[in-house]
Amino acid sequence: MPMPIDILTSLIKDGLPDAICEIEDLKGDENHYHAKIKSSKFNGLNKVQQHQLVYSLLGKHMGTTLHALKLTTISEPIINKG
Amino acid sequence: MNIDKNAIFEKINKMLDEDDVVLFMKGDADFPQCGFSANVVGILNYFNINFKSFNVLEDDELRQGIKDFSNWPTVPQVYIKKEFIGGSDILREIAESGEIEDILKEKKIKYSVSTQSTS
Repeated sequence: MPMPIDILTSLIKDGLPDAICEIEDLKGDENHYHAKIKSSKFNGLNKVQQHQLVYSLLGKHMGTTLHALKLTTISEPIINKG
Repeated sequence: MNIDKNAIFEKINKMLDEDDVVLFMKGDADFPQCGFSANVVGILNYFNINFKSFNVLEDDELRQGIKDFSNWPTVPQVYIKKEFIGGSDILREIAESGEIEDILKEKKIKYSVSTQSTS
């Protein structure tokens, strides 16, 4: 069962109001997305925790309504590791 | 699905006790049945890391149990010395950044970088 991109966006934006969010529908099927999310809420969290935070916003949709979500999370300010 | 969480958590803990690097995946290492799982197998093989894989498609209890155990809604999942390292996206990120080598060194996991083409 697919999930329209605007619903996915609003679930993320509701939980992370300052987020800059770029979502790409990878297969054009509303079921495989790549979300790039930048938010200050990720500051101080490791990657596992950052992804867990996003998953928590999607709740039970993840893995049911939404089949695949590739995640790239970026904290703010960006630390350039060179 | 009504499952006995304690029993499955105990089983997972035992799996993690027995091997340093454990991959929960769809399919097996020789024949992954999902692109994300294949991606993780490819990364572990690239670094010549010895790992044990468990196919969640063969075990419904494990399939749900590992998600609850890790508080992570998707499979694959990689554990190193009982610590949850991440799923496919994180593995790819830390492999590209080189951070994976820091983790492997810190956890004293033997690895070497494959000279074979990964394409």
